[in-house]
Amino acid sequence: MAPAKLSPRAQSALVWAVYAVGLAPALWTFWLGASNQLGADPVKTFERFLGLWTIRFLILTLAITPLRDLGLFNGLRYRRALGLLAFYYAALHFLTYAVLDQTMVLSAIVADVVKRPFITFGMIALTLLVPLAVTSNNASIRRLGSRWSSLHRLVYPVAALGALHYSMAVKVLGAEQYIHIGLLVLLLAYRIARPRLMEAKRQKRRAAA
Amino acid sequence: MPSFKVPKIPSSEITPQRIYARRREILGLMAGGAALAAAPSAFAAALKTVPSPYRLDEELTPRESVTTYNNFYEFGTDKGDPAANSGTFKPMPWTVEVGGMVAKPKTFGLEDLMKAYPIEERIYRMRCVEAWSMVIPWNGFPLASLLKAVEPLGSAKYVAFESVVRPEEMPGQTGGFQPLPWPYVEGLRLDEAMHPLTLLAVGLYGETLPNQNGAPIRLVVPWKYGFKGIKSIVKITLTDKQPPSTWNILAPQEYGFYSNVNPAVDHPRWSQATERRIGTGGFFGTSRVDTLPFNGYADDVASLYAGMDLKANF
Repeated sequence: MAPAKLSPRAQSALVWAVYAVGLAPALWTFWLGASNQLGADPVKTFERFLGLWTIRFLILTLAITPLRDLGLFNGLRYRRALGLLAFYYAALHFLTYAVLDQTMVLSAIVADVVKRPFITFGMIALTLLVPLAVTSNNASIRRLGSRWSSLHRLVYPVAALGALHYSMAVKVLGAEQYIHIGLLVLLLAYRIARPRLMEAKRQKRRAAA
Repeated sequence: MPSFKVPKIPSSEITPQRIYARRREILGLMAGGAALAAAPSAFAAALKTVPSPYRLDEELTPRESVTTYNNFYEFGTDKGDPAANSGTFKPMPWTVEVGGMVAKPKTFGLEDLMKAYPIEERIYRMRCVEAWSMVIPWNGFPLASLLKAVEPLGSAKYVAFESVVRPEEMPGQTGGFQPLPWPYVEGLRLDEAMHPLTLLAVGLYGETLPNQNGAPIRLVVPWKYGFKGIKSIVKITLTDKQPPSTWNILAPQEYGFYSNVNPAVDHPRWSQATERRIGTGGFFGTSRVDTLPFNGYADDVASLYAGMDLKANF
């Protein structure tokens, strides 16, 4: 499927649109919470909301490669924006937890991170996202060369830790958890199967030639 | 510590804001000759209540929050689900079957119960195991009054409770994702059940219980985590064995039979040292406060557990 050719200017406008659309739910929901329109427990609601959207942007980021492999959609040019949105939402999720939920009581936060496995997992995932966000620019890609790809494979343990963190944060697993975690597991499993799938594809092409 | 305070205006006499806000509409309806009987049954009936010494001197959680932020998985697992999905539930007519190790087992009609015992207004803290809390003006009568009426036998040591099962009216009890086994069951030791603080609530804020809060009759045990307060009770059985409780069946390492509020015993996955007090809404109306042993009712109930290891019996 040949994608329509877009001018570089239109391409970059589309990428900026992804950032704008991606950040809109966080800004809108923050406004709802600040103006008392987010229900009885706005802090928890906002915290959960940001966490869920972190998972969603991780899913979208990880979906780019399989969708391209399958020839369904070439979204490579949006991958950086989606990955960074996952990082922004994870950072806002942590900030909401630290500032609004734990009211910046450092001892309580440290105790949580050290003692509660699900918070430990979440914290590790956020920490691993930092080097990925810092090196998500063209200069870093040039400078790091092939090491850049290796470094950015960290997104796989981040996704796994995110799924674990999410599943342990709730009292019972429901449809929402099964769907999101199921998608993450599927996308991670695809990475394991991918080398063989690609090899089969190459052989088929060679045979045809 | 309970301290008696004469209420200025009983909450039963305060017109709920949502009705007050619709006063013109309601007057219009009446003027238009539309009979009140045609009005939606969502208008809870006002209760005649008597004051009680159990009145907490803390700011009440707004009724709006108490009735829209609920854990009642029979109507769905989201906090907003019970308010959204309980509209078709019919709490009347209702009966509660009381039996087991009692001299006079009996099935009570709810209206008879409400006539038999004075409905007290009690302002209690409510601490959820998820580390949030509210202050709620309940209306109800002590469970002890009902238990005394059926005359427990000497062999009775525990009280078992059972919730209603109505998949046709409770969407959480149908479909592919059933979070809990039904019916929801709970239990208390007989001395806990007979404690004057233990309440059978039939209302809140001076009106009959909204469906999402456990209509028409629910348990309130203020020194225990909220999930012990079983809702929409149909059956109470006195027994000599420790009865099963739903969350304990589901995750015994996380939810014990006693489930007394205890800041020193954490949930395996989160801290119980502090709680978010649900406030007036908005990010800046919420506050975090220290959780108190037995939810602040230690003076009343700690003696029930004298000599017991509260860490082992969580």
